[in-house]
Amino acid sequence: MTALPLLLEIGTEEIPDWMIPKAVDHFRELVLHALGEYNLGGTLAAAGATPRRLYLIVDGVIERQPDCEELVLGPPASAAFKDGKPTGAALGFARKNSVDVSALRTQVTDKGEYVAIVRKTAGRDAAAILSEILPGLILKIYFPKTMYWTSRNGPFFIRPIRWLVALLGDQVIRFEIAGVHSGAATMGHRRLGGSVMVTPATYVERLAAQSVIVSPAERRRRILDGIARLTEGLKLSARTDEALLDTLVYITELPTPILGAFDRKYLSLPEEVLVTVMRHHQKYFSLADAEGRLAPHFIAVMNMDGDPDGIVRQGNERVLQARFNDAGFFWDMDQRRKLADRVADLANVTFQAKLGSYLDKTNRMVALIKELKGDAHAERAALLSKCDLTTGMVKEFTELQGIIGGLYARAQGEPEAVCQAIYEHYKPLSMEDAIPSTSQGWLVALADKIDTLRGCFQLGMIPSGSKDPFALRRAAQGVVRILVEANLPIPVSSLTQADAALKDFLLDRVRYYFKDVRGYRYDEVNAVLASGWDDLPAAAERLAALQSVRPTEHFEPLAASFKRIKNILRQAGFTGAGPVAEALLEAGPERTLFDAFTRVRGGLADLSHRQALESIASLRPDVDRFFDKVLVNAPDERVRQNRLALLSSLLTGFSAIADFSEIVTSS
Amino acid sequence: MDSFQETIFKLKHYWSDRGCIIQEPYDVEVGAGTMCPETFLRVLGPKPYRVAYVQPSRRPADGRYGENPNRLYKHQQLQVILKPSPADIIDQYLGSLEAIGIDLSRHDLKFEEDNWESPTLGAWGIGWQVMMDGLEITQFTYFQQCGGVDLDLVPAELTYGLERLVAFLQGKSSVFDIDWTPGVKYSEVRLAEELQHSVYNFELADIATLWQLFELHEKEGGRLVESYRGYQSKTRFPVLAAYDHVLKCSNLFNLLDSRGAISVTERVGVIARVRKLAVGVAGLWLDQNAPVEAELAG
Repeated sequence: MTALPLLLEIGTEEIPDWMIPKAVDHFRELVLHALGEYNLGGTLAAAGATPRRLYLIVDGVIERQPDCEELVLGPPASAAFKDGKPTGAALGFARKNSVDVSALRTQVTDKGEYVAIVRKTAGRDAAAILSEILPGLILKIYFPKTMYWTSRNGPFFIRPIRWLVALLGDQVIRFEIAGVHSGAATMGHRRLGGSVMVTPATYVERLAAQSVIVSPAERRRRILDGIARLTEGLKLSARTDEALLDTLVYITELPTPILGAFDRKYLSLPEEVLVTVMRHHQKYFSLADAEGRLAPHFIAVMNMDGDPDGIVRQGNERVLQARFNDAGFFWDMDQRRKLADRVADLANVTFQAKLGSYLDKTNRMVALIKELKGDAHAERAALLSKCDLTTGMVKEFTELQGIIGGLYARAQGEPEAVCQAIYEHYKPLSMEDAIPSTSQGWLVALADKIDTLRGCFQLGMIPSGSKDPFALRRAAQGVVRILVEANLPIPVSSLTQADAALKDFLLDRVRYYFKDVRGYRYDEVNAVLASGWDDLPAAAERLAALQSVRPTEHFEPLAASFKRIKNILRQAGFTGAGPVAEALLEAGPERTLFDAFTRVRGGLADLSHRQALESIASLRPDVDRFFDKVLVNAPDERVRQNRLALLSSLLTGFSAIADFSEIVTSS
Repeated sequence: MDSFQETIFKLKHYWSDRGCIIQEPYDVEVGAGTMCPETFLRVLGPKPYRVAYVQPSRRPADGRYGENPNRLYKHQQLQVILKPSPADIIDQYLGSLEAIGIDLSRHDLKFEEDNWESPTLGAWGIGWQVMMDGLEITQFTYFQQCGGVDLDLVPAELTYGLERLVAFLQGKSSVFDIDWTPGVKYSEVRLAEELQHSVYNFELADIATLWQLFELHEKEGGRLVESYRGYQSKTRFPVLAAYDHVLKCSNLFNLLDSRGAISVTERVGVIARVRKLAVGVAGLWLDQNAPVEAELAG
């Protein structure tokens, strides 16, 4: 059987960069899955994309499917033949499978003897199969938002498909999508290349000759190498980040970085604004000088191979200057009215239709700060925190909300603690982002998030599935992180008040945080949270203690015993929690356990969580011996009840740190 | 180096050569060339159409008293509609840039995702902003829906921001320094208008009067839409006049907005009122042109 390389390329108009990597993955999975399903073999040689193409090269696709034999079972042999003659059942089965009844044979299975036939299917040509399945398969590639471009009844894809390359060896696999026929011709760079014929073997180099670097990894390397060359010997370092790098890799076919400069006078504008303009609006890398300060330079990445006359550089410099001028204009205009004078204006900015304006929200935040015993700076920061929403700068650069408020407060002479708290009050914006850095910042950030959570939950706007338009999960996660990481013993119940749904919602975030972010095992989290989580920093401490004690010799076996105790109590229907009657204790293991328990419990108060857990774990030999030697189910009912009471005391006596019966043990 | 008007001539010529009707600007205030009936209504239905025109577009909130070098209350858009969009539309577009003197081999060009949506018009599309050396020079949209209706044929819409594009070509850092024609600067033609309208929009416009005007136009437009059903001769019915009232409402909404008279809460409601009218007119237009549709189908 001949094995051939397969080349597939979907040529489109420019696909949004952020959708491309996932689309390539999906395309690859779909094709490899189909090859497997049809027994066509094949191993992936390359998969990649540029803004205008998704491509796959698969080696070793067999030219023709192997013939296959399949056993088809019919009725039981006993029902199919009577006295050696075929019955209606046998005739029907033969007819249904288009064979003569003489072709039937018997097959022994574990359910008995059945009649059966062997169905032979001749393998089909890979090209024929692929030409049937590829159109549907290509249109199945998932994109978050699609369009139609031929007519309302036409296919949907991310952008119009303009050409298709489908080759098995040198042979075109023929099919058509939206009037585009597959072939062997691809398109080079939009401005610097043209149409060119390819084969699986020549695809990469022929496109390179048409100014297209098809491999994303190659383009990334080219950008990074280019940046290194540009900054060499300049005492400048580019602030490269992966997200922007990804964008540039997938927005270009021939990326080439260039170095530009801007007038030093713009450095008087806040660095946050300059970097936002460069990074988010212009997709430039900013640069730092030898001291780490923002330098008056930028790196843009072109989609072409060079800029010998500096035309592209000058163009980018002019655009950047205009953008900086805009920002400077907003800064000057905004300074004409202080933040403090803008509080009343917040009445005109709606927070949420039913939750009122941002002025209402501000007033609620200030009240919350008072409840949380925040100082005057925290109160002031809460009062001014939303005022930047009325400024031109934030209307232009919404992603700088809070930050602009903090900068303006500083420029207007507010105390530093107030400025910093305003600046950071949207933090943490993600799991990777830090919480605010000051005590005032913690409280303002908490007040902001708690107010949003309370309000939305009161209105029944509770996130479900992927729908979370008010980013309540992020707000709740922020609350959890601030309480734990800033070590704030504010009772969660005082924040959620009587709202049970909100409390459950926060509990989900607490679990997520400890389990997925901090890496605790789920049973440890369950055990600790079962003992209460109103004081989150304390819960975090108990969790740390539990984790560190868990690997010690006695801990897990003891936890297993606790689970056993729980089961015994449940089976016995024991509900009484009365004191243990010492007189009824039998000398030996029972008495020993009771004494050890009393001793350990009495000493807990002076111990750290870890020491306490170690001390509890030390009971293990006594517990084991008790179960070995003592019959809980004593004939004397009073003794039996007393033993159950002893076990119950063990369970409840140590439940303040964790519910050990939640620990999942191997034994 | 071409003047502002010379560049416009060249673009019009270029698209005229590609089968476009060259229309003149619409004479009711609009926020964008898309809102003109030549786009908003003509993209509906199955009839192919190609048109290009310059449309002065008013964005009251963007006014800066003529003090900001890049922001204008009123800017000029060159709007091109190709319905249905040809398969080589992007190549045709690149050709238009060459036609106005841009050497594409020496400039950087990128197509960055930018989907367009107009809630007021019940319209949206998929597309890009076209970036030349870091500057957005064109908005490119494949319309998908207009007036709440899925479109039969997908038109390509090209919108060139002319001031920006010409400032780029002339190497000017302020649009006011553009040569409109040799010896006459853009500022001489338009600065007074920028200043005076900014003063009106931000300071002197009477909010109560604007609301009254809005309601009058809404009422008149709504009355027309309602009376279509009972009107005998459909071809005579003034759907286009009803649409003018939609445009008036839209512009008054923008004025009220720049005057700070519409809270965010109200905003959604007012947009919905304008959209209701726009969707109503789109429906009438389709109905009125149904005979054309039947003819095309037959």
